[in-house]
Amino acid sequence: MSLKYAYYTGCAAKGVCPELHESTLAVAKALGVELVELTASSCCGAGVIGELEHDTQLAMNARNLAQAEHLGLDMMTVCGTCQGVLSRAHKELSDTATRERINEVIADAGGIYLGRATPKHLLWMLIQDVGLARLEQRVVRPLKGLKVGPFYGCYILRPSDYLSFDDPYNPKSLEQVIRALGAEPVDYSGRTKCCGFPIVLEQEQNAMRMVGTNLLEAQDKGADCLVTPCPLCHMNLDIYQGRAEKEMQRPIGMPILHLPQLVGLALGLRPAALGLQRNMVDTSPVIAQFA
Amino acid sequence: MRIEIEIERGCPEEGIETHRERFRVEVPRHVTVLDTLIQIKDELDGSLTFRRSCRSAICGSCAMRINGRSGLACDTQVESELRRFGRVVVQPLAQMPVTKDLAVEMSPFWKRVRAVKPWVTGEGAEEPAWPVARESLMDQIHVEEMDDASRCIMCMACFSACEVATVDERFLGPAALAKAYRFVADPRDAERTERLTALNGSGGYWDCTRCNQCVEACPKDVKPMEAIVNLRRDAIRAGLTDTIGSRHITEFIAIVHQEGRLNEGRMPLKMKPNPLDLAKVMPLALRMLQKGKLPLPYHPPIPRVREVRRIIDRKKGST
Repeated sequence: MSLKYAYYTGCAAKGVCPELHESTLAVAKALGVELVELTASSCCGAGVIGELEHDTQLAMNARNLAQAEHLGLDMMTVCGTCQGVLSRAHKELSDTATRERINEVIADAGGIYLGRATPKHLLWMLIQDVGLARLEQRVVRPLKGLKVGPFYGCYILRPSDYLSFDDPYNPKSLEQVIRALGAEPVDYSGRTKCCGFPIVLEQEQNAMRMVGTNLLEAQDKGADCLVTPCPLCHMNLDIYQGRAEKEMQRPIGMPILHLPQLVGLALGLRPAALGLQRNMVDTSPVIAQFA
Repeated sequence: MRIEIEIERGCPEEGIETHRERFRVEVPRHVTVLDTLIQIKDELDGSLTFRRSCRSAICGSCAMRINGRSGLACDTQVESELRRFGRVVVQPLAQMPVTKDLAVEMSPFWKRVRAVKPWVTGEGAEEPAWPVARESLMDQIHVEEMDDASRCIMCMACFSACEVATVDERFLGPAALAKAYRFVADPRDAERTERLTALNGSGGYWDCTRCNQCVEACPKDVKPMEAIVNLRRDAIRAGLTDTIGSRHITEFIAIVHQEGRLNEGRMPLKMKPNPLDLAKVMPLALRMLQKGKLPLPYHPPIPRVREVRRIIDRKKGST
């Protein structure tokens, strides 16, 4: 079985989180998954453009999905936020009248979209298409003894009307992947909570309280590191962790891994190939155990 | 079927600390959480306290946390909870002090709702002479704009689920802001701009983190977060643009217009920071630079960026 996807990087993997792009390519290669990068794809709007201009965001995503459709492939995303926005666009564009309205906008901006490409997050792809059993077979370095706190982020779970992969209150996909890699998932309430990234510019203190509360809860429950399928969560939990420590007046030092970084470690890939040296919070305590 | 339900109880007034009690009851297969609580009160412990009235998801009285999810006990089946979570744990709503067991003191919620002036103001609001000489008609499009927000039954589930309310007591929260939008969208209201201005600051619509918890929790599909997003849109269109939130949206669009993607390295510079703020972010920026995580301030645009610009330009300024 050969798997092939139109790879939608989103902005973060091409900007502030290059390690997400690196680790995605490395893991796909190791799993024999072929990725055709959509180099001309745009930002999904992240829900931010849609706040002011709903149809602009929808049209941008119709254009993005059309690029996957032209290749005859489903689209693979690596960002929980992109996935949420694209899932919503996909659902809205399944309505013929909406699609016709939006196709008028994109007719001279990349061509029309017929509604045939499905956006699918790497996390879902691993479970649905690669399969947990096959993933487990590919593990050469089981992450035995590693306690991993799953951090889903909002947009891969909510609103569930648009997503329908995981139960928004009791998701299982990250836990399943963590177990397949030989590690142990940590159960804590913060796993389905918000990282606060959308308000980090407006209300930094509130955002840092969210980061701090979730990280400290995971730490208290014994997590050695967190794994997230969303680079925006990653930014807030990793880049801003120092500020969260100040807000909570407690040292935290919690390594935050992108999903493909954790998978890659278990697949025996070199830490440098997974960009683990780029993470702001030192990942060496995790690496030292397995690499 | 015989089930076990765990209930968080307590009563500060009587000095009873928060604790959990387990009850085992024989219930019909499709029983709701509310009917189970009523049965426990009838048969096992008459002191168990909770609010309820209609039992039909109309009155909004029986909101509580069920397996961590804020929602109505009357439209939640025990069996589906057992299937999803393998247990049924019932707690009072969050964000408000407990009066007794599952009943909370509601004033923090009502204080917020009252703060948004939840009534129609101006001419349309005057007491009409009886019999009414003329109806206050409105277009279907106006009805549709406020239809979602009008459905609210004030059950407080969204406020309990709100992640910002959890960390900041100044935040008005989803229900109150959805109510505010209902009147902003009402064509009869005379204080549209005043309402948008009043909620433009701290505690208002820009403080929402768009986590969608309220959308997920709402038993009436009010979609409070969408109402908050509409308030932001209406504020920008009404010219209330001197906020970080507003600049964030317009600069986001400007960067995507230029590069096709969001350049996170440029966003902080676009927010008109003062030199002190810039000095504060410098050490972090330097560390990111060392790690190869700081995007260049000017990134080459994506291929065919003109298509993206055409989409943005076409809709720019339209309604």
